Amino acid sequence: MAKVLMKGNEAVAEAAIRSGCRLYFAYPITPQSELIEYMAKMMPKVGGTFLQAESEVSAINMVYGAAGAGKRVMTSSSSPGISLKAEGISYIAGAELPAVIVNVQRGGPGLGDIQPAQGDYFQATKGGGHGDYRQIVLAPSSVQEFADMASEAFDLADKYRNPVMILADGMLGQMMEPVEFKEARSQAELDELGKQHNDWCICPNEDGDKKHHHEINSLEIDPAVLEAHVNALYKKYAVIEKDETRWEEFNISDDNEILCVAWGTASRIVKSAINEIKAEGKSIGMIRPITCWPFPYEAIAKAIGPKVKKVYVFELNTGQMLDDVKIAVNGKVPVDFWGKVGGIVFTPAEIQEKLEACF
Amino acid sequence: MKCEMICAGFGGQGVLTIGKFIAKAGMAEGKNVSWLPSYGPEMRGGTANVSAVVSDAPIASPIVSYPDVLVALNQPSLDKFGPMVRKGGVVIMDTNMCPHGLKRDDVDFIAAPMSDIALEIGSMKVLNMLAIGMIIGKTNVIKYETMEEDLNAFLKAKDPDLLEKNLIAIKRGIELGKA
Repeated sequence: MAKVLMKGNEAVAEAAIRSGCRLYFAYPITPQSELIEYMAKMMPKVGGTFLQAESEVSAINMVYGAAGAGKRVMTSSSSPGISLKAEGISYIAGAELPAVIVNVQRGGPGLGDIQPAQGDYFQATKGGGHGDYRQIVLAPSSVQEFADMASEAFDLADKYRNPVMILADGMLGQMMEPVEFKEARSQAELDELGKQHNDWCICPNEDGDKKHHHEINSLEIDPAVLEAHVNALYKKYAVIEKDETRWEEFNISDDNEILCVAWGTASRIVKSAINEIKAEGKSIGMIRPITCWPFPYEAIAKAIGPKVKKVYVFELNTGQMLDDVKIAVNGKVPVDFWGKVGGIVFTPAEIQEKLEACF
Repeated sequence: MKCEMICAGFGGQGVLTIGKFIAKAGMAEGKNVSWLPSYGPEMRGGTANVSAVVSDAPIASPIVSYPDVLVALNQPSLDKFGPMVRKGGVVIMDTNMCPHGLKRDDVDFIAAPMSDIALEIGSMKVLNMLAIGMIIGKTNVIKYETMEEDLNAFLKAKDPDLLEKNLIAIKRGIELGKA
């Protein structure tokens, strides 16, 4: 397929439809509104359902219901709206249902502003909702990756029957880059997928026997039953940690004197700075977590080469992923941090200055 | 080859569209491109700007610190982004809208009464096409033919008169850029 120039918000919506998403419920919010607009325009054309809910709380509970019915379903929002969805996400995780949630982050806390930020790392990776649960968090750094992650998110959600969040930001949502879409899933593929969901979803059983119903629930009033359920969830999460941790290595070598760690939009700016410094003959590597949960602890530990004197973390927040990096580094070398907040995005020149000061 | 540009002006002058056409044309010519708008509570008459990058190599940051090319369609834009232009870079400015100019002797100025020229061609709507022509004339970052092809597909059936004016504006811009 030929490349098209598209905003990240539109690209992820198109890719979701191609992945078989036929149900989408959301409430508008800047800077992700092009996503909901695209869904409003396209869902009727593919025989799907678009519904603008009366609130984010309502939208996530529609997602809960549709996921329980065994359908590929998605919602999206930006930071304050994701907070409203947090309760629903916890229920979906508790009931073990597949769902895809896109967060196009903006500045916070509270209503904050509408510029790009990475302040929702804690919320996305450490909970957000209540209770002992985990959600898979995919963090794109380009429009192409944002689109590719839609199909990946649906597949992961199905595979583990777990909510998957794509954690982007206002810059990725608003910017345009060339994107090449995968072939759309055929109806036959989607039907096959639907049949697999019949093992657990609330759809009627093919044999018509009403006794064979499935229960979709996150309430387990008996402590012993809940204990077993939560332990089973944690076994599932351990498998995800083992098999689904993803990261990118950029310019990693034994010559590295500094190791940078950055995710999403921030990582692209750090890459530019590293490229500039490389031209001066200095060696800096970078690890970019592609999954923020599960987090690539081992990859970071391994990337600390013999000459690395410092690990430098750059984020568009006051230091959230920083905690995970410190766990990974485990005191081996000092960990430094620099970030910008309030929707202000650092420039390649600023990062370059910070890195050059290390030599 | 890597060309990083910032286009800035009042909302409604078509500055975001300058970046979009350049990015589309770059993509059509097989280059890596990115287009990053300023966004926010902006409106007609407010300020707007876009960062566009066209590059042979993959683009790391879509944020431009030191543009190779600045298109400034009003004085506030020139004041804000003028000092950031890379040494030896290009500043394209509309002298009708930038009465105070920019005090720098280490950049290449392409200054013209762009608003007057657009009106002379027949519409303020072609101001951004004039700017695109100036970019092409000076930097060859994209080809005129790619622009013509894209505009044909976009406007030939819808508004042949505006198409004609746009093409005249690009050609006029190329002359100005080369001068």
